[in-house]
Amino acid sequence: MKFGRFLTGLGALIVVGVAGVFVYAWRPEIAPIKPPERASFDQALIEHGAKLAAVGNCTACHTNPGGKSFAGGLTIPTPFGTIYSSNITPDAETGIGTWSEAAFQRAMRDGVGRKGEHLYPAFPYDHFTNVSDDDNRALYAFLMTRQPVKATPPPNELPFPLNVRLVLAGWKMLFFRDGAYQADAGQNEEWNRGAYLVNGLGHCGACHTPRNSLGAEKVSLHLAGGEAEGWSAFALNGSSPAPVVWDKDSLYTYLRQGWHPDHGVANGPMGEVTGNLGLLPDSDIRAMSTYIASIMGEPSAERRAKSDKLLEEIKSGPITSAISNDPSSGGKGAAIYKAACAACHENGRPQPFGGLDLRLSSTVHAPDAQNAINMVLYGLPAANGRTSAIMPGFADVLTNDQLNDLLGHLRQHFTDQPAWTDVVQRAADTRNGKYHVSVRPSDGIERGPSNIGAEDQ
Amino acid sequence: MKLNVNGSTHEVDADPATPLLYVLRNDLELNAAKFGCGLGQCGACTVMVDGKAIFSCLTPILLLEGREIKTVEGLGTIDSPGPMQQAFIEEQAAQCGYCIPGMMMRAQALLQSKPDASDAEIQVTLEPNLCRCGTHLRILKAVKRARELMKTAAMTPASGERKV
Repeated sequence: MKFGRFLTGLGALIVVGVAGVFVYAWRPEIAPIKPPERASFDQALIEHGAKLAAVGNCTACHTNPGGKSFAGGLTIPTPFGTIYSSNITPDAETGIGTWSEAAFQRAMRDGVGRKGEHLYPAFPYDHFTNVSDDDNRALYAFLMTRQPVKATPPPNELPFPLNVRLVLAGWKMLFFRDGAYQADAGQNEEWNRGAYLVNGLGHCGACHTPRNSLGAEKVSLHLAGGEAEGWSAFALNGSSPAPVVWDKDSLYTYLRQGWHPDHGVANGPMGEVTGNLGLLPDSDIRAMSTYIASIMGEPSAERRAKSDKLLEEIKSGPITSAISNDPSSGGKGAAIYKAACAACHENGRPQPFGGLDLRLSSTVHAPDAQNAINMVLYGLPAANGRTSAIMPGFADVLTNDQLNDLLGHLRQHFTDQPAWTDVVQRAADTRNGKYHVSVRPSDGIERGPSNIGAEDQ
Repeated sequence: MKLNVNGSTHEVDADPATPLLYVLRNDLELNAAKFGCGLGQCGACTVMVDGKAIFSCLTPILLLEGREIKTVEGLGTIDSPGPMQQAFIEEQAAQCGYCIPGMMMRAQALLQSKPDASDAEIQVTLEPNLCRCGTHLRILKAVKRARELMKTAAMTPASGERKV
């Protein structure tokens, strides 16, 4: 009998437990509305929302290259399975046309959809929760006045139990803290504005902060370098791989114009970020730069000296002086560099259209070879309808061994960093699609229906 | 070193770092591929290596040992033009002609791997190749015609190399 009572007790406990989880995880539906008329929104609010949507880079995930803006359907590979971005046009049936402003506010603040479903954190609500009610109102006005598009993304491909959205309540309990940004009273207004943009709508950490095994950002390694769309997103703290130290002004220039003479052009997914930021007022870019510079901190005297010395060397002449004319001196890698790369990378043409002097390249100085592999294989495609930096890809020319020779030479000749040891395997995995690489033109949004530059490898 | 060009092997005496384009033109006297920019930005030097279109001005020959190189000279002869060449003649697609060999080789690489490439795919694929005369519409027309000619050519091997 005792055992029976135990079983009954256990059963009751499970029932209470499950009910508890359900009550904890359950969110109510917010009633659907009739898609609002454009006239119901203030024009200035819509325009403000457009700028905010640019900070959020909403288009990058919610538009398939070549598809209709904000209609979703972009493949987002994650370590857990494939997610397809949702349609955030105001189409009543397949988009967010029936979402009230309250539903939109809740999605941004809490990561919950209109019907009460928990959203996957591929939608970075861990950042968007910081966004103010006012800014969400403007974003809502902007999105609800876009062209409605009837398009349903393919269903997500996630294994059980991750395909049950209730599980996300547990993820949120572990990793998600909701609430709008609270200003740091110890910092000035510009810094706080920067922190609000960087950590909120800008969601820089979504790429630039490493993630744990459950896909949450490691809070203790804030902006210490992460991964995005098959690219390494370099560290934005003291461990930045940039040979020339970044400061507030150079960060501003880079974010403002998409390139900097001492660092090169924004490429990969970052090309879209700087392209988007082009819509922002200078003051906001300045604020972001101020905040990121403070995260980077003052470089050590030794680092500063090395950086200054490098800039002097660059000024004193083209790199050719430092390179042996004997192709055999660096072996095959040097010969490949000389024939295939030097024509652009040593011709002295200034940024952004000349090839970057590789002594300045963060990519060549980076802890891992991924970005160097991506750049050499796929290059920098031309943008559609505007001038842009370009680089031809060498995927069809170089074998993985030849690529290894080349990168070995670059690493040895242009940096004081240890050799990369996994280039051949990494290159093979990049080519076979294990790493899904977004190839994008530099510094611009390339999502319009007629785009030709952007493709996924 | 040995280079396999248009199906035959050539012994080449050149620095291994020499770009393929110079070896083709200066050593092998295959003058179809052109020097345009020397930076991989115009496409005039495009040839095929192992079936893929590449910029020969940026490809040192040391990368090409044992690989199959193909130039416009390998697509057919004056007396017996291959389908790609025939299509360009029929559409009178050349103005000054400087970009045409590069256009043909990139189009050939596409249609060889994808015989049913769509018009949009053709346009996107040819994007790296520039034409300063503005004959793009004729070039596109020629490539579309080549797409059809290559299908019939594959069935009745009347010209060029025999296709099985």
